[in-house]
Amino acid sequence: MLKTMKGLLALSVSAAAMISASAQAEELRLLTWAGYAPQEVIDQFEQETGITVKVTKSNNEDMISKLRATRGAGYDLVQPSQDRVTGAQKEYRIYKPMDLSQLNAEQFIPSMLAATKTNTTINGDVYSVPHIWGTSGLIAGVSESKNAYSFNDLCSDDYKGKVSYRLKRPTLIGFAFAMGEDPFAAYTDEKKYAEILGKVEQKLIDCKDNVKAYWSGGDALINLLRSGEVTLAMGWDAGGWKLHKETGNINFVPPESGALGWIDTFALPAKGKNDEAAYKWINFVMQPEIAAKITEAAGNFTASAGAEEFVNDELSNSYKISYNQSSLDNIKWYPPVPAGLEIIEGKTLDRIKAAQ
Amino acid sequence: MTFDLECRNVSKQFGDFQAVNDISLEIPAGSFFSILGPSGCGKTTLLRMLAGFSEPDQGEILIKGKKMAGIPPNKRPVNMVFQHLALFPMMNIGENIAYGLKRNKVPKQERDKKVADVLERIDLPGIENKSVHQLSGGQKQRVAIARCLVLEPDVLLLDEPLGALDLKLREQMKVELKKLQQAFGTTFIYITHDQSEAMVMSDQVAVMNHGRFEQVGSPQSLYYQPNTAFVAGFVGNNNRIEGVVESIVGETAIIRSDAGQQFKTTFPEATLHSGQQVHLYIRPEAIHIRRDQNVTSENHINGRVESILFDGGNSQVLVKDTESSQELTVSLPQTREFNDLTAGEMISLSWDIRQSNVFSANNKSEP
Amino acid sequence: MNGKKLSFYLLLMPLLLTLALLILLPQLDMLGISLRERVSYGVYEFSLLHYQAFFTEPLYWNTFVRTAVMSILATALTLLISFPVAWYIAKIAQGKNKNLMFLACLIPFWVSELVRTYGWMILLRESGVISGFLQWAGLADAPVEMLYNDITVMTGLVYTSMLFMVVPLVSTLEGMDDSLVEAAYDLGGNHFTVLRTVIVPYAVPGIVSGCIVVFMLTLGNYLTPTLLGGKDSLWFTEQIFTQFITRFNWEQGAAFGVLLLCLSSLIVWLGLKLSKQSFKQAMTSDA
Repeated sequence: MLKTMKGLLALSVSAAAMISASAQAEELRLLTWAGYAPQEVIDQFEQETGITVKVTKSNNEDMISKLRATRGAGYDLVQPSQDRVTGAQKEYRIYKPMDLSQLNAEQFIPSMLAATKTNTTINGDVYSVPHIWGTSGLIAGVSESKNAYSFNDLCSDDYKGKVSYRLKRPTLIGFAFAMGEDPFAAYTDEKKYAEILGKVEQKLIDCKDNVKAYWSGGDALINLLRSGEVTLAMGWDAGGWKLHKETGNINFVPPESGALGWIDTFALPAKGKNDEAAYKWINFVMQPEIAAKITEAAGNFTASAGAEEFVNDELSNSYKISYNQSSLDNIKWYPPVPAGLEIIEGKTLDRIKAAQ
Repeated sequence: MTFDLECRNVSKQFGDFQAVNDISLEIPAGSFFSILGPSGCGKTTLLRMLAGFSEPDQGEILIKGKKMAGIPPNKRPVNMVFQHLALFPMMNIGENIAYGLKRNKVPKQERDKKVADVLERIDLPGIENKSVHQLSGGQKQRVAIARCLVLEPDVLLLDEPLGALDLKLREQMKVELKKLQQAFGTTFIYITHDQSEAMVMSDQVAVMNHGRFEQVGSPQSLYYQPNTAFVAGFVGNNNRIEGVVESIVGETAIIRSDAGQQFKTTFPEATLHSGQQVHLYIRPEAIHIRRDQNVTSENHINGRVESILFDGGNSQVLVKDTESSQELTVSLPQTREFNDLTAGEMISLSWDIRQSNVFSANNKSEP
Repeated sequence: MNGKKLSFYLLLMPLLLTLALLILLPQLDMLGISLRERVSYGVYEFSLLHYQAFFTEPLYWNTFVRTAVMSILATALTLLISFPVAWYIAKIAQGKNKNLMFLACLIPFWVSELVRTYGWMILLRESGVISGFLQWAGLADAPVEMLYNDITVMTGLVYTSMLFMVVPLVSTLEGMDDSLVEAAYDLGGNHFTVLRTVIVPYAVPGIVSGCIVVFMLTLGNYLTPTLLGGKDSLWFTEQIFTQFITRFNWEQGAAFGVLLLCLSSLIVWLGLKLSKQSFKQAMTSDA
């Protein structure tokens, strides 16, 4: 009886393994953000390589959680932000080092590639390469009378009940900068960091009345702004530009203290089964023409050298309206997050949410 | 004199269906009154109007001389025992009986005393704390009645409460119900489709058909002097012979059956004329049965025993007339005389001319 | 082992496997995770820290109390609203109407919970349908925000739970002999006392099983309170989700999960005690 059971079990397990193995042969399982793998690009890739791409849409926390649950299995290529790579790797060992010789390094903007490599190296191994970058700042109905915006405006009486932001770490960091602190410098000093967060917490609790709703997805935010229910929000540049195209007066504005800059990368999950296809995909999407298509879909620029030429004027223009040289220079790029900070941030966010 | 219950020209209609049609009745205090009829005759509708669950379309209902129109069931001085008794399963016996008292705000002490008293009177003392499912069918029956009687209603309505019991218990309960009614002295209105229940217990029986009362009277008068063919057929058993009035001599009519025999019968004055199509009814128990074939009687048939339906005291013989092949059911006296009767034997049947009833044949309401 | 026994165990196997693999094993795993503490990168040791955190950090405790109170309230409201509906379906509606009423309760479940909740959002938001109607009808002179408060959350929860209350109530009430109600009236009861003394006590098994299901569903609901609730809205399952997904704190999340299971079982047990029902009775009432 027991023997039969064992046999059956073994049989079903091996059958399942066979099915999944055969399916993987020509498949790339990509865990990424919405807009980063447009259908047009996927189709073209399939035509050229014969590899089917299976896309799962996600966000930073979700990517890490998914990989953590399977110890790095289930996907062949993921796209975490560069500041979230090393912490997660040290903690959960969910990635494998990249073989840079498989990539066309000349397709990358050299400074970006170098920065990402530095930020995601552990013991000499590089764990990710850059793909798309963008900024977080304010999205507002732009008026003539006001030409400088600050994250502090989110607490201004002018916008009472008409404000929205995410209840996540970028908000805490944005406010810290607006309050004259430098949270990135305090990354290594947990005590100092907790102190800064304490001040931010107090401020966010004090002006909680201003908040209409905490947004959780880019589309939800765009909806709130479009309907006029929200007039000032902290959000991504791409969303602001999209609204600008639609409405003409709502746009993305970098705050005085500097927009927050992020780079989403490519990384290989520890138990990915088709690294070859992953490298092929990276090389494919980093071609300037393809990268431009992705830029149009996602609304953000890529680390592909020379892709700007292929991006339509409208998008370049909105970018130019929002940024001048000084505000570009003022972008605060996220450094890698040391482990442990997220626990402090989490408790801060909980307390803000719970405050009445 | 005021009656406990009085109906004046009460009618009730459901859509096109006339459920109760112009019923009038008067019931004196303390009597046991039954309404007997086949299912669908309107007796339940009438009872529900008495209880107040529905209002008559026309006519009025009076209880102890007081008009009941617009008075809801919970305010009427009548109570009802339901077909399936409707004892509350989530309450014990004491709580069931006290239910109505509690609604009337009777203080606890008095309530308990009344409950104990009524249980005593129905011969089930001290069962207050038992739950409903612990009782036998007959005990439940008595508790259901006690639950109403403890409120001392002017009239108690009973909706075929014996229907669910088995035969033996039903026979017992008939007697008990009658005893309870006599002991409490409350007016009972009892509806049933079982003529035996109605006959055994009632002072007065109303036979109901198609929403009307066919006849109201004592059980004896219904049995011996049915006014209509329906009553003759529905109350007790009857043999029916179809024929034509041949001649009338004083109070006696001579009927020629379709099979060609002649029978004599008495009849109510001025209800028949010769040449009329009629039905003749003779009760099985009114027929004499003899082995001697040479009997002379005014109504006489020689026949062959077709079969014997043995049922103890209710045994019957099916006899076929040798001349006309008319079949008659005859009661079989249990006096040892006919114990050896067998099928195929020839016997003679006879009956008194006053024992048969005759009705015009074009009465459509025959059972 | 003879043939009969073997076939018995084989027949039992799917049930046992389901119970063990899908219910028992994950719960035990959760319990295991909840009882450890991260010491450094990838190193864990046994600890009750996360249970301690629940009882010492008022935020978590408050969130749980709030969730439980809201769930109990939602259950009570659902009962209040569902009872007349169930009564109508069980006792008054006939044939086609009856099916239509049932269908009306079922229709919300033809779409996913997410779509259902977004439906409510479209109706209730400041620039939404109801706000627009009120302004059009002159009942409001400015847009009315009806989203993001506890009343909206409650509405959403009741809406989602109705069916699970109506079904057991209908099956209990259908089993009730109408003459019980008539007898109660006949014996002098009025509408209120008949409801209180006869109908409700009769329906208790249905009420209890409906309440258990609705309470558990509400307590474990995630989408409705998160999407409809505003900036102050706290829900315990949201807290668990946050611990697992955004904080990477599986240990705390698992501890919360175990606590949620224990505390909700405790509340159900108390409810059963108070209504003098046994769990078995309540769960088999609609059979």
